[in-house]
Amino acid sequence: MSQFAINVLFVGASFAIYIGIAIWAKAGTTKDFYVAGGGVHPVTNGMAIGADWMSAASFISMAGLIAAGGYANSTFLMGWTGGYVLLAMLLAPYLRKFGKFTVPEFIGDRFYSKNARFVAVACLIVASVTYVIGQMAGAGVAFSRFLEVDSTTGLIIAAVVVFCYAVMGGMKGITYTQVAQYIVLIIAYTIPAVFISLQLTDTAIPAMGLFSTHTESGLPLLSKLDEVITALGFQDYTADVDNKLNMVLFTLTLMIGTAGLPHVIIRFFTVPKVADARWSAGWALVFIALLYLTAPAVASMARLNLVNTIYPDGPTSQPIEYSERPDWVKNWEVTGLIKYEDKNEDGRIQLYNDSESFAPTAQARGWKGNELDVNRDILVLANPEIANLPGWVIGLIAAGGLAAALSTAAGLLLAISSSVSHDLIKGAINPNISEKGELRAARITMSVAIVVATYLGANPPGFAAQVVALAFGIAAASLFPALMMGIFSKRVNNKGAVAGMAAGLISTLVYIFVFLGWFFIPDTNNLANTPDNWFLGISPLSFGAIGAMINFAVAFGVSAATEEPPIEIQELVESVRYPRGAGQATDH
Amino acid sequence: MSDKSQNAIDYWKANLRLISGCLVVWAFVSYGCAILFRPMLAGIHIGGTDLGFWFAQQGSILAFIGLVFFYAWRMNQLDKKFGLDEE
Repeated sequence: MSQFAINVLFVGASFAIYIGIAIWAKAGTTKDFYVAGGGVHPVTNGMAIGADWMSAASFISMAGLIAAGGYANSTFLMGWTGGYVLLAMLLAPYLRKFGKFTVPEFIGDRFYSKNARFVAVACLIVASVTYVIGQMAGAGVAFSRFLEVDSTTGLIIAAVVVFCYAVMGGMKGITYTQVAQYIVLIIAYTIPAVFISLQLTDTAIPAMGLFSTHTESGLPLLSKLDEVITALGFQDYTADVDNKLNMVLFTLTLMIGTAGLPHVIIRFFTVPKVADARWSAGWALVFIALLYLTAPAVASMARLNLVNTIYPDGPTSQPIEYSERPDWVKNWEVTGLIKYEDKNEDGRIQLYNDSESFAPTAQARGWKGNELDVNRDILVLANPEIANLPGWVIGLIAAGGLAAALSTAAGLLLAISSSVSHDLIKGAINPNISEKGELRAARITMSVAIVVATYLGANPPGFAAQVVALAFGIAAASLFPALMMGIFSKRVNNKGAVAGMAAGLISTLVYIFVFLGWFFIPDTNNLANTPDNWFLGISPLSFGAIGAMINFAVAFGVSAATEEPPIEIQELVESVRYPRGAGQATDH
Repeated sequence: MSDKSQNAIDYWKANLRLISGCLVVWAFVSYGCAILFRPMLAGIHIGGTDLGFWFAQQGSILAFIGLVFFYAWRMNQLDKKFGLDEE
């Protein structure tokens, strides 16, 4: 059977399972979805959160970024898990006690202001749309490889599938479908990693293999990797980072953003009790950690395998000839995500770092520039091929990557459309809108969001995981502080909250747009996105934490200068703090 | 439940104390061991690299799991102790 047929089989079978479960569990209504809660066990809910959470960015893109950046990109690992600590302690139990279904609804009620609710809707839309752009970019990569088309066609196919999927699955968005998606994606991620770990280190657990001995050379794996890549002019994989401020802020941004993302917060409303919301956060983190503890192993092993493929006799010997390149290079060339250019016309593939310090060595070896351009987002998907694993593993990883991208994209689109139809239209513009009208508004919103995200996903302002990181910055600067102050402060009032959210959102967006282009449209940036131009060395990706601090400061400042919130609001704050009397999550 | 009862105030204080403690550990393992103190931990070798690298790519994640479960367990105990748990 050809690889193409195997891919179609695996992806087709996994989709059949999701659709089957969706139909089987369909019986209920939309309301059923919200209060599915009644019966959702914390472990099941944790698994569903895992699928919702782990997107194309985690599955497809993150290990590629770690492989390229080494230690410096550990920020993604810590940032996207550490946020659950904040979520579990600062938000989830109290929002569950509050018992409404959308994040803007809480903000609107707590800050007794329609304006606060609208600003929250705006923040939610900006953060979620940015996030969807990252998903589209990732799903595009997966489809382009698996259908063997170029990446733009892949992106358009992804958009169509996400659309159908979100309209059909998203509206019924059933917990058990997500449980199935979690299982597919975790198996798909782990199996190749175990094989590769066994090949390289004789250790079956990849997370242990990462710190074990490389069997072939007898050196520790990471030492071997450092040795091989520095011989090609790259920085040490394990090298420390000079700009610690940026590293801390970036990690903090990802953590705060994780806790502020509406599509994850919503999940905590579906458990029966406040105590269960706490356990759910723990189980979610366990299921997420299964992937996140494996990812750094995948990253370093894939990097080593990549170099070994190009330089079979070691980096100081000749690289392979282009005509003898392995099949996986040929396959990925079709997508345009691997590019080869024979700059010195010797018919071989010189892969190295074009840096000034390495220039003399390169010149001495007759090299005229790096000849192989490998898109980082392909690393996880290409990983089994690079390691010569059997065809079914490759089919499995295609299915896993698509499960990750689609489940998250659907969750986000649902969050966007419900905030527009429920908070904006029903909550303000037309409170008497029929259920049908609300549904139509939701679908239109979804379509617009997909079109915008696809257009921008074709020219993403970074790799999938980086685009997603921007979304976290926006959520961190706008929603998280408002939610946290809403629970932990009785003094912050409507004016403070609105001013704080607006200040956090605008400052963060401006800082991002200045470097990455206004509204992410290419070539509209005012300053080149290089560390020299960054304010205090803070990258646009890391600014969310600063935006959050601005938000807190403005909100407290404005509140202190204006009147206290009314007594019934202070009582509302009191009531969310104590679990007693939580009752069932109510319908809106 | 009277909102201003001493019991409720004590419960909330106990919660804040617990959160602060957990967040200190949270910050220590991630921002501390994995980032800022890495040069100081460079002497402790582990599988071809140092302890700071291990914290950045494994240790902090494991610590986060421990923290969330510890908090859930402890809070559920406090709920009962202060009589504020759900029936």
